[in-house]
Amino acid sequence: MTSMKYAAYSSLLLLGLLTLSIMSGVNEYFFFAGFVVLQFVVLATAWNILGGYAGYVNFGVPAFIAVGAYTAVVLFKSISAPLLVQIVGGGILAGALGLGVGLLTLKLRGIFFSIATVAVVFILETLVNNWRYVGGATGLQLTRPADLWFFDSYVRMLFFVMAVLAVFSVTVARYVQDSFLGRGLRAVRDSEEAAECSGVPTLKIKLIACTISGALMGIAGAPMPMYLSYIEPLSTFNLSYSIYALGMPIIGGTSHWIGPVIGALLLATLQQIVTVTVSNELNVLIVGVLLVLFVVIAPEGILGLVKKWKQSSK
Amino acid sequence: MFSVDLIFEAVLFGILLGCFYAAVSLGLSVAFGLLDVPYVAHPALLILGSYFTYALCQTGIDPILCGLLLMPVFYLIGIAFYRFYYETFEKRSTDTGVRGLAFFFGMAFIIEVCLILVFGVDQRTVSASYIGSSLEIGDYRLPYRMLVAFVIALSLTFVMTIYFSKTFNGRAIKAVGQDEGALRLMGANPVKIKQLAFGIATAVNGLAGAMLIIVGPVEPAMDRIYIGRTFCVVVLAGLGSMSGTLVAGLVLGIAESIVMMTLGPSWAPAVSFGLLLLMLGARPQGLFGR
Amino acid sequence: MDKMRRKVIGAGGAGLLASSLPSGMAFAQGAPVKIGMSMPLTGGLGAGGQAALIGLRLWVDDINAKGGLLGRKVELLVFDDQSNGANTPGIYTKLIDVDKVDLLIAPYGTNPTAPIIPMVKERGLLLMGNFSFQVNAKVQHDMWFNNAPWGDAKSWSEGFLELGKRAGAKSVAIFAAEGEFQQNLANGARELIKTSGLTVAYDQNYPGNNTDFSSIIRAVRASKAEAVFVACYPNESVAIMRSVNEIGLGPQVQVFGGGMVGLGFGPVMHGLGSLLNGVLNFNSYVPGMKYPGIEDFLKRYSERALEAKVDRLGYYLPPYNYAIGQMIEQAVNATKSLDHKRLADYLRKNEMKTIVGPINFDKNGERAKPALIQAQFRNIKDNDWDQFKTPGKQVVVWPTAEKQGDVITPFDKARKAT
Repeated sequence: MTSMKYAAYSSLLLLGLLTLSIMSGVNEYFFFAGFVVLQFVVLATAWNILGGYAGYVNFGVPAFIAVGAYTAVVLFKSISAPLLVQIVGGGILAGALGLGVGLLTLKLRGIFFSIATVAVVFILETLVNNWRYVGGATGLQLTRPADLWFFDSYVRMLFFVMAVLAVFSVTVARYVQDSFLGRGLRAVRDSEEAAECSGVPTLKIKLIACTISGALMGIAGAPMPMYLSYIEPLSTFNLSYSIYALGMPIIGGTSHWIGPVIGALLLATLQQIVTVTVSNELNVLIVGVLLVLFVVIAPEGILGLVKKWKQSSK
Repeated sequence: MFSVDLIFEAVLFGILLGCFYAAVSLGLSVAFGLLDVPYVAHPALLILGSYFTYALCQTGIDPILCGLLLMPVFYLIGIAFYRFYYETFEKRSTDTGVRGLAFFFGMAFIIEVCLILVFGVDQRTVSASYIGSSLEIGDYRLPYRMLVAFVIALSLTFVMTIYFSKTFNGRAIKAVGQDEGALRLMGANPVKIKQLAFGIATAVNGLAGAMLIIVGPVEPAMDRIYIGRTFCVVVLAGLGSMSGTLVAGLVLGIAESIVMMTLGPSWAPAVSFGLLLLMLGARPQGLFGR
Repeated sequence: MDKMRRKVIGAGGAGLLASSLPSGMAFAQGAPVKIGMSMPLTGGLGAGGQAALIGLRLWVDDINAKGGLLGRKVELLVFDDQSNGANTPGIYTKLIDVDKVDLLIAPYGTNPTAPIIPMVKERGLLLMGNFSFQVNAKVQHDMWFNNAPWGDAKSWSEGFLELGKRAGAKSVAIFAAEGEFQQNLANGARELIKTSGLTVAYDQNYPGNNTDFSSIIRAVRASKAEAVFVACYPNESVAIMRSVNEIGLGPQVQVFGGGMVGLGFGPVMHGLGSLLNGVLNFNSYVPGMKYPGIEDFLKRYSERALEAKVDRLGYYLPPYNYAIGQMIEQAVNATKSLDHKRLADYLRKNEMKTIVGPINFDKNGERAKPALIQAQFRNIKDNDWDQFKTPGKQVVVWPTAEKQGDVITPFDKARKAT
């Protein structure tokens, strides 16, 4: 779709969500759960920039989320930074981590990059576990500031903030996809050697993609301490984030920016319903099973299925 | 500050631990090191082996025996896995990187969650006559459970090394990783050979699972830390090196033991992953790799 | 929808859900009073949580037999938080916003409770604590009432350290997990050690999921410390006792234990058996202590617990959990309301009568007069449930008011004592 149409749709969407956040009849829990769904839209979109477009599988999603979250904690605790500063700070540092990990391992083969990303999770988790200032392994209780802007509750405000972040990340993904960067990444995914030979600066664009991807995951993680009024390493560094962040784009479809959005909205909403009615484990099982199914049967994801169905009905 | 005695005992413990890590990584050394399969589900199968051992032990069978009994079962699981992987991904070889990785990653999580649903998140242990007491040599105490694991690990490594260097199939497995075409010319079917290798790798993993639950309690989420330990050993050794696995395991075991004693157990997880990252950055082909 | 949302997992789930109601009971018109909580039914604290829940359900049955609260039937909504603090904010938000419960009880244990304190403070809700430790110290919520035998850290470790000193100990080794509870307790002990004239020979924190304690026990032995204070959760307690048995501590240790949670759980006591001998550890209730009504309660509890295949002894948590119910009952009946502010006010100002004695709360919501005891395990045999029912297996050695015997030192001697 054209940039004009996209801008129109996304503005309308934001306006709609804003109205929802201010309306009084809506149950608080909707915003509590909706925050998580929107967070996954950001994470899935972010993962796809490197994973879907370039074919480099990042298993270390929690590391970037945690960098965002803990940067927010440090900023909040030290200078009582407002939410926006926390988010920007989280994004910058997570992006830096992306760059660092990329420099270290993007010269190697795909699987080494993936294993290295897992290593980053555990190393950072160990560092945080031993860092008293942010609570260490014990965790930190946090008191939310009184500043609610014009919202009725802090959760409603966070919901809308996350909505803005979601639209922002999708816009970034769309830009990357349609730009020179996107073309280069697709060339890398199809055949890295051929891309190198035709003059594509593969290392440079992989690094850029890794940095952007990391930064977006960081901004998804930054509001979390305020959302929970609590932060601790075990749940922040939970490897389950990886299976969600890679499952949602693969199930939705990795070739287009709308894929991760579809995957995230569908799966995260299903998850929230399952959490309320049944159990937490089932969430991971559902995503895991769907992931394996799609990877085997429908590698193009839901987008691919829709395309096929459209073609066959012509 | 630390007495020589304490350091020596830590190193001893580290040697026992290291051999155990080597045995646990042997399967991955074959599957990933030799066959190039992105087998991130390996640690999850390890934990599965531990839980099967636990379940069998409830009937009164000794844990080591349980492990041996599991080997044929796991052999079949390994063959099934490889067959599936080959048919779905390797054969079509489109985009195998992402999809293969995603597949095994998904399987790892599915196994972990199924374990939680069946057994719960609680820790499980097994009991045997050799679990709970130690060998006393002067002032040193070496727990019998570690010694048992050490002996099994050494035997396993020994058997595997002989197998890969002296038997036709073993040598074929080593060859298939290097040059499939040449192997075909020699009359061996590469797919069947790879299947066999995967089966053996998984069978070894089953026995390693029994060792794991002998050494200490297990819980379903343990596969995550073992991703670090097993891949660290395999990368440190260098892809394709069997004997290197033992050396790499020892390096990791001693390093972890010393870190636990000096900095404390909070830093132990970082050792395997840190070594891994270090090797990837500095010398990706490992200590003995091709 | 209601049927699906109730989810209580764990061994003997059916037994846990069983809530026998005498037939023909009539309740006044009106919706039931819903009390919501999460409880660790699986995970590290699971064994304790399952027992505690039976204690609470006994109270629910008793109160409903008397006509309920304010004439309305009492309903308990419980979810399993798996001993994981990450699950509790979501569960409690759901209880408040979706299930719309009238009253809240905290989960058993510090670590699952810590994350929800800021949330209940922000929303101005009353929270009945359940065996947590110093979890409100930073947030200072004024509608928090912690039901536990202890007060502050001093009340816990001072008994242990005092006994060590009397036995001649001059140096202390201390190790604790990195959880909220364990660190709160250990930090309190560390401060007390400083002011008591003892030296610290060894001090180590370890991650909560650590399973191998050989390196720590080895180091403790090498440090030649004479008192060893441990702050840990149930899984670790078991692993530590096994490790002590494997590696040994050395002849110089006078007292060992102090803050090991889980050694009061029936299944743990039964499982460890003789490995427990000599350990000097905190407790809330042991047979022989005189609390009015408690023996009767334990009998009724034991029947239910056996049915549900849960801790049949039930000394550590169930009586106190029954007491939570009793306190709610008294406050609601006295104020004739479910308004959180009025209930909090009543709880702050009045003494509550329970089966674990009278309870008053101080300004922080903690117990004003601690009732913690230190008891030494003696003469425990393997594989025997009934031995624990007679006094003499867990000998109270502190405080003087509850004393049943003198502590035996050194630790090695106490392990063999009969």
